[in-house]
Amino acid sequence: MVKYLFLLYGRPEDQLPEPGTEEFGRMLAEWQAATGAMAHAGVLLDCAPLQPPAAATTVSVRDGETLLTDGPAAEIKEHFGGYTLVECADLDQALTWAATLPAAHEGKVEVRPVVEVVAPAEQPAG
Amino acid sequence: MFRAHWWAAVAAVTRQVGDLEVAEDAVQDACAAALAQWPAEGVPASPRGWLIGTARHKALDRLRREARRADKEAEAMREEAAPRPATGWAAGTDDELALIFTCCHPALDPAARVGLTLRCVCGLTTAEIAAAFVVPEPTMAQRLVRAKRKIRQAGIAFRVPRRADLPARLSAVLRVVYLVFTEGHLATGGDSLIRGDLCDQAIRLARALAALLPGEPEVTGLLGLLLLTDARRDARLGPAGDLVLLAEQDRGRWDRAMIAEGEALVGQALRLGRPGAYQIQAAIAACHSGAAAAADTDWREIALLYGELISYEPSPMVAANRAVAVAMSEGPAAGLVILDTVSGDTRLARWPQLHIARAELLRRLGRRAEAVAAYEAALALEPPAPERAYLARRMREW
Repeated sequence: MVKYLFLLYGRPEDQLPEPGTEEFGRMLAEWQAATGAMAHAGVLLDCAPLQPPAAATTVSVRDGETLLTDGPAAEIKEHFGGYTLVECADLDQALTWAATLPAAHEGKVEVRPVVEVVAPAEQPAG
Repeated sequence: MFRAHWWAAVAAVTRQVGDLEVAEDAVQDACAAALAQWPAEGVPASPRGWLIGTARHKALDRLRREARRADKEAEAMREEAAPRPATGWAAGTDDELALIFTCCHPALDPAARVGLTLRCVCGLTTAEIAAAFVVPEPTMAQRLVRAKRKIRQAGIAFRVPRRADLPARLSAVLRVVYLVFTEGHLATGGDSLIRGDLCDQAIRLARALAALLPGEPEVTGLLGLLLLTDARRDARLGPAGDLVLLAEQDRGRWDRAMIAEGEALVGQALRLGRPGAYQIQAAIAACHSGAAAAADTDWREIALLYGELISYEPSPMVAANRAVAVAMSEGPAAGLVILDTVSGDTRLARWPQLHIARAELLRRLGRRAEAVAAYEAALALEPPAPERAYLARRMREW
């Protein structure tokens, strides 16, 4: 099994429907249907929307000095607005699930395999 | 002598050790070992079995040495013991299909899919592939390494796609085979117009796929298309290595046996009642090969088939080809009207064949100055040398 992180790119915050509107309800229902199916299939590990890119701080350390930049690491037209973490048998299965997300239909979903990091205690000696 | 076993060997070892890159290196090493041993000790009863067995040992040795891949080795051992899941395909073909579907996975860079297939399935060396696509060898090597790394890191499974995914995945495989052929049929770089070795590799791949996937009409159609097109290979080059257009080819130099096989395949595919882009293109090629002389060509049928092809492949190039067929059946003026409606497309403006087609129609209409301008537009796009020679000749003869 491999963990895949779906990075959800879509409309900027100010173009999303207002809470309480019919469109907002529809959007919520679509998301609940997609992630509900993932949970039901046992592949969903975690998912969440993110605060807008304006709330991001980018950290980099160069020559021992920590540099902070206001905003996301890469300025692109579409906003990185949330994530979904799943665990699947292979890429084909992950791609199939990614395509069920509303973000894939109105924006884009980047599928990134997660590197399995062995906990320090489990690392082989030497 | 090893190329006949390459596909099966890389496929079997990949399944056994679970890593394409390790398997491919191991098969390479096993071939080197065979070169050293067989002349002295004799060719084993089953050369393929020997290569697979030797490569498997080498692969497992390497995985054992690489401690950081300890988990992989355990996995390989487990897989070896575990019974293979039934997929419903003919026995013994699953590994070979799994290999080509992996190399042509849509998650890989399209250029890398072609190179990876030529390397892992056809057994071409990186140097040969680099030469075929006129890129420096380190560039091609880098592309292949990146693709193999992505297969491992992204968790692209080594298996035949599920039935539901098959149409999309098969079309990606056929696309690679088609690209190998077109690069051989009309080389985009270098000074030679035709690279027969690439055409041969593509036909070999299509033949193997047709044997592995009988009853898939697009596979049969693609094989038919490649045979019908390649049957004209010898007639396509003039004495000076220049391009001879279909209408001017010596049809006596067409390979009649290949044409007969290709026509039979087209019929066989179309009878399955699931038409597709390759079957229609093959039917178009069969219209040409069925005409004893260029003047006997059924252009009305060809125009209809191109009209049909547009619904599967709505590209301006197909529209341009339809325009030429209409010009042939209804006159150059009718064709030019269609051609001029599609020539605004920026993709087509960079396509020398569009300008050549326009030039030929304008020529037939006696609009000389416009025809010369169109020939010059084609030349400005720097087509391969033999095509340049053809254009220069056409501009002289009037």
